[in-house]
Amino acid sequence: MKTEDRRPGTPSPAGPIDSPSGGGPRRATDRAPHARAVSTPLTTRQRAAIVIRRYRLAPYLLLLPATAVIGALILWPAVQIGLFSFQNYGLMQIIGEEPTKWIGFANYSQILHDPEFWLSLKISLLFALVVVPLSLITGTLVGLLLSKLGKKMATFVSTAALLAWATPAVSASVIFAWLVQPDGGVVDWVLTKLPSWLDGGPQWSGYSWTNQTIPAYAVVTVMLVWQGFPFIAVTVLAGLRTIPDELNEAARVDGASPWRIFWKVTYPLLKPIFLVLALLSTIWDFGLFTQVYIVAGALGNRDEYNLGLYEYSKAFTQPPAYGVASAIAFILTIILLIVTVGYARAAIKQGALT
Amino acid sequence: MTARLAPALRSTRGTRRVSRRARKALLNLAGLVIALSTLFPVLWMISTAFKPATEIYTLTPHPFPLHPTLANFQAVINGSVIGLPYWNFLKNSLFVTIVAVALSSLIALLAAIALARFRFRLRTTYLIMLLIVQLLPQQALVIALFIDFRKLNLLDSLVGLIAVYTAFALPVTIWMLRNFAAAVPRQLEEAAAIDGAGPWTVFWRIMLPLVSPGLVATSVFAFIFAYNEFIFALTFLGTDTAKFTLPLYVQYFYGQNSTNWGAIMAASTLFTIPVLVFFLITQRRLASGLVAGAVKG
Repeated sequence: MKTEDRRPGTPSPAGPIDSPSGGGPRRATDRAPHARAVSTPLTTRQRAAIVIRRYRLAPYLLLLPATAVIGALILWPAVQIGLFSFQNYGLMQIIGEEPTKWIGFANYSQILHDPEFWLSLKISLLFALVVVPLSLITGTLVGLLLSKLGKKMATFVSTAALLAWATPAVSASVIFAWLVQPDGGVVDWVLTKLPSWLDGGPQWSGYSWTNQTIPAYAVVTVMLVWQGFPFIAVTVLAGLRTIPDELNEAARVDGASPWRIFWKVTYPLLKPIFLVLALLSTIWDFGLFTQVYIVAGALGNRDEYNLGLYEYSKAFTQPPAYGVASAIAFILTIILLIVTVGYARAAIKQGALT
Repeated sequence: MTARLAPALRSTRGTRRVSRRARKALLNLAGLVIALSTLFPVLWMISTAFKPATEIYTLTPHPFPLHPTLANFQAVINGSVIGLPYWNFLKNSLFVTIVAVALSSLIALLAAIALARFRFRLRTTYLIMLLIVQLLPQQALVIALFIDFRKLNLLDSLVGLIAVYTAFALPVTIWMLRNFAAAVPRQLEEAAAIDGAGPWTVFWRIMLPLVSPGLVATSVFAFIFAYNEFIFALTFLGTDTAKFTLPLYVQYFYGQNSTNWGAIMAASTLFTIPVLVFFLITQRRLASGLVAGAVKG
């Protein structure tokens, strides 16, 4: 602040030689060689540079925009969800007719007594329990296959697979809805043509998949495995490339079968990668929204709600119950946070922070 | 498959050569089957989009259109369903996506440099915060953001979407860019500084050119995220069809017109193909960044 005295225009009494005897901020000018070489008074910009360097503010300033945006649009809404879940936030409150009131755990007790909540929680859990292992197994098998293929073939297969991964969720959902259409859909047609020992036959003609819970989720399961396995395959392949050939060679010379080599050599070495992939897939599949929303036909079919759809329907169908929806959202967030903390620990163990 | 072939490998040398070739052929066949079945849904979408109605609602579907037609695409481009042409929605999507990608790349670059080049107290905490924030469920946060944006008059506005997309692209973008920035050798910057370059020059002349491949990879990620995003668009844009982005348009088209599959697939094709082409062009860089991101966390 003392540099304020040396405003532009004020003649500098003695120049650089005198400066070491000055106050703190002036001593800082010593460390900035440019400021010294030009012995003219400091501009605002130079003075700011000095303050930044002196207090090591640079990293904090660089992080400021990111922190502000993430804070305002992700962290603060997350806090708000927690606050709203203890309030009677509804239609009257959002249009400002009535003030919001704190109502303790009323929203939570309402949810816990709602059979729809338990059904949607069950659907979310079962779905993740089926899809996560299926995606991991498919992805790992394809990853192993890719590592055995020639270079050209491997590039072709992985590119084809990654195209499925890159297909937008909305397109994938609309495509699968079309594939399983009772009228003109190709899946029902193939099923009617299958021999009867494969459960094929005319009973599949005009079979409607999306109107019932289990068939609808079977469709979503296939779609999610289709979209999820490429990422897993490519990641597993990258992991496989880090295993030295000698290890596999040694096991093979000792007469180990490929099955044994996988479980005794490959799997233990890639275990951290599998853990990260399993946790990531769990987070994605448990919190699934878009695909179920489209395949189940928006919010029309209550039997097909998973936790995400149940929450969304509370907030965005009339009359809106933002407080109740926030309570469900809070429960969903907490469940996912527990998995996320596991994920963060696994990722850090793997050296994500180095 | 290899397990079944293993006994064959232990036989005499001649048959071993044959069985090795057979094994290779079998592996290639498996690869081919996987590639084709993975591509099938997308190929079926494109094929349906070119089929006339008589070939779509048939008892024996044919893999390729026998009499290809552009009628479905014409219907989509003329806007026969919503009353607005496809270009309107493409324009909305591109506007939102490009602005959000530019903003998030810029903000993320600054943060990535801070995290890669400086040692400061909250550095580790910040990185863990990013890791966790990236996985917060969007369908939970959308409730609070809807209420906030209603107060700020940002509903039914593309500006609100841009703000949200910028924020939600940031954690992954910062995380990936940090790896790229950390890979720039420090000596280069020091050499430039010794030659008298200020921090700004070092940034422009050294850091930015060397980080730009990383910037390409991360902006592809941000682009795909913003171009495909559905929940926020669905919630914020409500019923103002003129403001719809492409994913919302495709879903609305499907909801309103769920029997005209030719046109739905045409709309979906026009929405999907640009992403896939874009992805193919940038794939190599993307795949390496993706793997680096996944394996390293």
